[in-house]
Amino acid sequence: MTVINLREMNIDQTGTIVSVGASGELGRRVRDMGLIPGKQIRIQGRAPLNDPVSLRIMGFTLTLRNNEADYIKVEV
Amino acid sequence: MSTSIALAGNPNSGKTTLFNALTGARQHVGNYPGVTVEKKQGFCKTDSGEFDVVDLPGTYSLSAYSLEEVVARDYIVNEKPSMIVNIVDASNLERNLYLSVQFLEMGIPVTIALNMMDVAQKRGIEIDIEKLSILLGVPVVPTVARTGKGKKELLDTIVLRKDLNPEPVHISYGSDIDMALDQMVDIIRSSGFLTQKYRSRWIALKYLENDQQILDLGKNENPRIARELESIAKKLTSHLDVTLNAHPEGIIADHRYGFINSILKQNVITFYQDENRLQLSDNIDKIVTNRFLGPILMVAVIMGLYQFTFTYSELPVGWFENFFSRVSGMADNALADGLLKSLIISGIIDGVGGVLGFVPLIMFMFLGISFLEDTGYLARMSFMLDRVFRMFGLHGSSVMAFIVSGGIAGGCAVPGVMATRTLKSPKERLATILTVPFMNCGAKLPVYALLVAAFFAENEAQVMLLITMISWLGALLVAWLLRSTVIRGASTPFVMELPPYRLPTLKGLLIHTWERTWQYIKKAGTVILGISILLWAMMTFPGLDDQALKIFDTKRNAVTASVSENVLNEIRYADTDNLSEQASSVKERLTNLDMEEAQANLKNSIAGRIGLALEGITQFAGFDWRTNISLVGGFAAKEVVVSTLGTAYSLGEVDPEETQSLSERLKTAEGWGPLTAFSLIIFTIFYAPCFVAVVCIAKETGSWKWAVFSVVFNTTLAFGLSVIFYQVGSLILT
Ligand SMILES: Nc1nc2c(ncn2[C@@H]2O[C@H](COP(=O)(O)OP(=O)(O)OP(=O)(O)O)[C@@H](O)[C@H]2O)c(=O)[nH]1
Repeated sequence: MTVINLREMNIDQTGTIVSVGASGELGRRVRDMGLIPGKQIRIQGRAPLNDPVSLRIMGFTLTLRNNEADYIKVEV
Repeated sequence: MSTSIALAGNPNSGKTTLFNALTGARQHVGNYPGVTVEKKQGFCKTDSGEFDVVDLPGTYSLSAYSLEEVVARDYIVNEKPSMIVNIVDASNLERNLYLSVQFLEMGIPVTIALNMMDVAQKRGIEIDIEKLSILLGVPVVPTVARTGKGKKELLDTIVLRKDLNPEPVHISYGSDIDMALDQMVDIIRSSGFLTQKYRSRWIALKYLENDQQILDLGKNENPRIARELESIAKKLTSHLDVTLNAHPEGIIADHRYGFINSILKQNVITFYQDENRLQLSDNIDKIVTNRFLGPILMVAVIMGLYQFTFTYSELPVGWFENFFSRVSGMADNALADGLLKSLIISGIIDGVGGVLGFVPLIMFMFLGISFLEDTGYLARMSFMLDRVFRMFGLHGSSVMAFIVSGGIAGGCAVPGVMATRTLKSPKERLATILTVPFMNCGAKLPVYALLVAAFFAENEAQVMLLITMISWLGALLVAWLLRSTVIRGASTPFVMELPPYRLPTLKGLLIHTWERTWQYIKKAGTVILGISILLWAMMTFPGLDDQALKIFDTKRNAVTASVSENVLNEIRYADTDNLSEQASSVKERLTNLDMEEAQANLKNSIAGRIGLALEGITQFAGFDWRTNISLVGGFAAKEVVVSTLGTAYSLGEVDPEETQSLSERLKTAEGWGPLTAFSLIIFTIFYAPCFVAVVCIAKETGSWKWAVFSVVFNTTLAFGLSVIFYQVGSLILT
């Protein structure tokens, strides 16, 4: 089991969130959408220019920019 | 007496659909006082009773970070509706309950409408509704808003349970936070701090969450106690930082989700299929957002929307135009020549026609955009384009506004500015509103066509392409400039839901479209009519003095005196096409005199005097007083530049569709050449939006400040660019 940045995950890879380092508005938004430690995610796809990324969590699809994904550590 | 209910829930949970199902046509849209957030109110009368319904803005949470959240929270606290109906998407239960839990913590009367039951069923999700209701301590009613199923049960439940304030739910946030909360609650209780409006534990929680709105309220209420609470919160924050490397906000959110999880785990929800199994939506996304197919499809959709908005609206726009020209014609026949006639025709009828002329455009555009939004495609477009627009401080969702405004030449900034409604990030939205008027709207095209035909006839296509590129580049760079100066600030996070693809309902689309159109007519209409009359006055008054009028009369008399009565009668009554040679030459001389008088009148009007006065400055961009006046006229609508130039060159009012005579005249006119022409093109791209667009900017930003800014800033920018171009060009060419 290794811990990596959400940005480094591949399409269709699954993992469990370990920590969310974001604070302020970004932190609040990320948490409101359920990106909190312990949640399972799966990378769904990336935009044509590789950024943002879309991922699956709790049965719905969420988008996130790469520089926002950097705050989230995932165990894969 | 009717019961007041407020609908609250996540975006895309079906709030608006339920609202429409409850109120039908008995609804109206306004704004919350002082902000641009929309407020929908309606009335519902059934066997169950009478209800005043308010549709609160959709939110994921109740923190004070976004305007929507503040508005929703304030409404609940200040207006105290008898029941909050929390719409929860059953197919997305866990995340939706995050908002519900926050309502429960407030200790207000809540009924949960468990919506999208049909979708949940299809996805193999089964929910034990009774158990969920018992564990949450509030009534839960299953609904399918789209078909109206469950509506009656929902209303009956509301009547039964209204105005009963339940005990707030206490969630345990771990010993550290719980201890701090208890300590703060004691202080709050004993001093009655803010307790008229809020529950004491909730206030304490907001202090720990560092909620700016509550912190400010507290400081006003009692600075001493506020400081005491803040210091407890600060102590806890640093304690948690050292021991857990975490922030209270984060821990609170974790425990809220933990609380939800503990409820769902008690067999409340059963998945008969893998929760994250690929849905139909995901398979569609594989194609629609594919690296290669995605952009191609997007271009096709954009072209399609464009075609739809501007081609299909042509017919009704034509009806409006015909109608108004007929009314104009009737007024022309019925009224005696003079100021009153001029006011009625040029000021009022043209003004009203101007307002209503945009209506079909706005309707078609909103119909198209609502369709794309409701299907879920708009969110995918922002997803794909965000990377590009972000570089300039904009947002993926800005693209729609740019396209509609004339990103492909021929749009219109009025619906373009209104299209920014779909943008939820305030700073990006403002930057978009202020830069879309640089696009090449349909009204600027006749101006370009005139100048290109006169001076760049050989390279027509290339020059038009160049103009499009200049306006895009200019708009994006100005957006970047604004976002790094006056609208500075970090970009709004792109943490966004991609809703599943859905087929929109016709009823939903029509209601939405009509609402927007009506708002435009009502709000913009009156202001636009006023400004139209003002502009008319500027181009008419003070008029020629008696002496000047007498000179024209003398000249006219000289012409008519030189010919026989027969010829004059012929001019008056015969068909224009088969006049005798003598009659047509006399007629031409008379017409020329009329045009000369119109030119003299225009030159002497307020607008003309402004034009003359500015000549000293505008010569640096190559513009003389004639160009200046026509640019003042262009503030009414850009194509007026063409007709006013016609008057200024004594050609009468030139029809923007047929500019040949004027372009021939300009070719030989003094001071004109390719350099002047292109300088004017640059100025036309960038200078003040037409006043209809300006009024829309004021309405959409909620402040006249930004409307004035766009007039002053754009004109200054346009002038600067034109001067640089003209001066550098003159140096190179000589
Ligand atoms: N199948 C199904 N679709 C529904 C139901 N309720 C709403 N919808 C659809 O879900 C979509 C979103 O509904 P809206 O009413 O616009 O959602 P909203 O919560 O008002 O969303 P915002 O306007 O973004 O706040 C629409 O396409 C509706 O037709 C339902 O019970 N079942």
